Amino acid sequence: MPVWTLYGIRRGIATTSWPEKEGPTQPGVLGLPHYHADRCQDNCRACADVCLPGALSFESCEAEERLALDYGKCIGCQLCTEACPNDALTKSNDWAFGVRNRDDLIWTEALQSPPAEEVTRKIQKYFGRSLHVRHVDAGSCNGCESELQALNNPYYNLHRLGIFFTPSPRFADLLLVTGPVTYAMQGPLRETYNAMPEPRWVMAMGACAVSGGASGGGYSCGHGVEEFLPVDIYVPGCPPNPAAMIHALLLLLNRASQHVQGGQVAH
Amino acid sequence: MRPEEIPQACDDLMKAGGRLQMAYAWFPAPGQSVEVAYLAATAPHEPFVFLRCSLPADSPHLQSLAPQVPLLGWYEREIQELCGVTFDGHPEPRPLVLHEGAHPTMPPLDPRYQPDEMMPFTSEPWDRPPVEGDDVQTLPFGPVRADVLESAQIFFYYIGEAILHCHPRLFFKHRGMEKRFEGTLPSLGVVLAELISGVDSIAHSLAYCQAIEAACGCEIPERARYLRTVLAELERLYNHLHYFGHLCHTTTLKVGEAQGKLLAEQSKQINGILTGSRFLRGILKPGGLRRDLDLSTLPEMLNRLQPEITTYLRSMEETNSHLDRLITTGHLPLQTAYDQGATGPVKRASGIGRDLRGDHPYAAYDRLTMNIPVRTEGDAHARVQIRMEEIHESLSLIARAAKDVPEGPVSSEISNVSGGEGLGWCEGARGSTYYCVHLDNAGRLARVKIKSPSFSNWRVFPLTVHDTNMMDYAINEASFGLTMAGCDR
Repeated sequence: MPVWTLYGIRRGIATTSWPEKEGPTQPGVLGLPHYHADRCQDNCRACADVCLPGALSFESCEAEERLALDYGKCIGCQLCTEACPNDALTKSNDWAFGVRNRDDLIWTEALQSPPAEEVTRKIQKYFGRSLHVRHVDAGSCNGCESELQALNNPYYNLHRLGIFFTPSPRFADLLLVTGPVTYAMQGPLRETYNAMPEPRWVMAMGACAVSGGASGGGYSCGHGVEEFLPVDIYVPGCPPNPAAMIHALLLLLNRASQHVQGGQVAH
Repeated sequence: MRPEEIPQACDDLMKAGGRLQMAYAWFPAPGQSVEVAYLAATAPHEPFVFLRCSLPADSPHLQSLAPQVPLLGWYEREIQELCGVTFDGHPEPRPLVLHEGAHPTMPPLDPRYQPDEMMPFTSEPWDRPPVEGDDVQTLPFGPVRADVLESAQIFFYYIGEAILHCHPRLFFKHRGMEKRFEGTLPSLGVVLAELISGVDSIAHSLAYCQAIEAACGCEIPERARYLRTVLAELERLYNHLHYFGHLCHTTTLKVGEAQGKLLAEQSKQINGILTGSRFLRGILKPGGLRRDLDLSTLPEMLNRLQPEITTYLRSMEETNSHLDRLITTGHLPLQTAYDQGATGPVKRASGIGRDLRGDHPYAAYDRLTMNIPVRTEGDAHARVQIRMEEIHESLSLIARAAKDVPEGPVSSEISNVSGGEGLGWCEGARGSTYYCVHLDNAGRLARVKIKSPSFSNWRVFPLTVHDTNMMDYAINEASFGLTMAGCDR
């Protein structure tokens, strides 16, 4: 019979050195597309025509129409990057997109949105070193759950950062919601939130929870968590990369800085 | 076929060895008629059979086939709630997909139902069976369950450790995805198909693409066939590896859990390097693939993983404490598996040796020889062993497909056939996935019916829980390898 303890020791350390040390953790994985406004030709619309969740749309601005891009709705299907004839939208490997302000996921010409406010000093004081998370699946495709489960695998090893998933909302500091919130999950979601002690925070994880994504709306779905609960952190992506999830959790704890403002990654 | 001829035709089909696969309804002429279709598989390599009948739109009625064919029970209830067809003589006439309290103004899948109209909903009590007796206790478990799990509610009636009856309430996650396809271009529908069940993106998008290709009479290039086979097997690989990690979690084999989840992670990273997506999304399209894949580094990456996988699987099979929890747990007899519609590894662990890859080959499966593992024990251990053998088979298939893949284009042009209809299928990691598509006269999608393997296996699973004990429940559920998203849609 195998001695599993020895098996584990022989296997060695599998955990990534990120985020203590910098470095790519996911070679090759495509993130949300980059937008190069200067290359966009007027009235082409090829990108918006293939955008199923409506992340790309045209809005009127001073008698002319211009492209509006909302990363909160983007599911990273890359169809726009293939449809654009001028390379105004290109593929990228950006994933670290957690933001405190929903507007920061909407592309704006200049970085004009105000610097994100610190949520509250209390978080740092009470939870800076440890956080307990209650996850609620409010109608996801199971992609987000698959990546959330990956956080506890030896590679990401979330425990080393002092962050734990807890079975009971009574012990939870953070409610992490995935899915667009179906009619049947509205009640259980509210009850879970109400069972949490204060202070408490809410994180919308994935395009569905942020905006409804590609599955929001229709006869049985809402358009994200915002309609039902106050959201403190938004994490777009479909599903967000596990590293983006960790970044967002650290962002909540003020242990990481926000990478994105006005829909643009600050390099 | 006339509606009254359906029961007889179904009987004849079953006597000839056919097995019903699914049933659905759609509206070829909204407001005038509704069509109900039953899909059946006969012998391997024989074409699938459809039984179809048209009903008038005002109060459509049909004789229920569920008393003869139990696996149709859920499909008929779904049709009743979403398409408004009443089935006379149904043995379980309770709500299934739409919970008590959901009152849509008209059947939601009727094209006249507005796509953005949220249905009215008031919270009403769940209609579940009464169980009497002084010592019987009840335990509602879910819909928010421990750990990071998908939402579902399992209601136990139990005495001490012994479970009398297990009554799941599913479809908390019903998103109405089939409705979402309505009016969409076939080229964009593939993005929706990838999101039906996030961890089965290839199974769903492949079945969808093949359905569109069947509707348009499109032949895909040889290279695309091989690449699709590689993608489908990579999906099976990471799902099965995750399955073992989760299974070890339930049998409290901690290092086994860590190793299984690590191997699944490494497998997902290989997916990312190969396709840009850890879930193999954004690569398939009707007509072939969206872009060519470079397979040159794939065999080497998998060769590094293979010895670790082999050692890991063998170690689990040599661990008595682990096996002790699996052997004889959650027994599913062959007849129950057949009648109630079990599919995939669950079905093959109960002695039904059918696999769409071998029986109705698609992609490049007819160009590659493969073993279909079958067990007859029908317990959790048999379900585990099937998946172990499938992992080895997948690695072998990927290696051979990567070696044999011919050069050439990876997609062909899809000619827009208005009014076409087609059936596509795929044997995913969890079992048979079917897509039926109907296109309207403008070449847009009029109806897409999705049959996911978890819909089939969730119906079967509770039957293995009655009369067992609480301690085995989580292990038994893990041994089935179910998802909610695919079942609920």
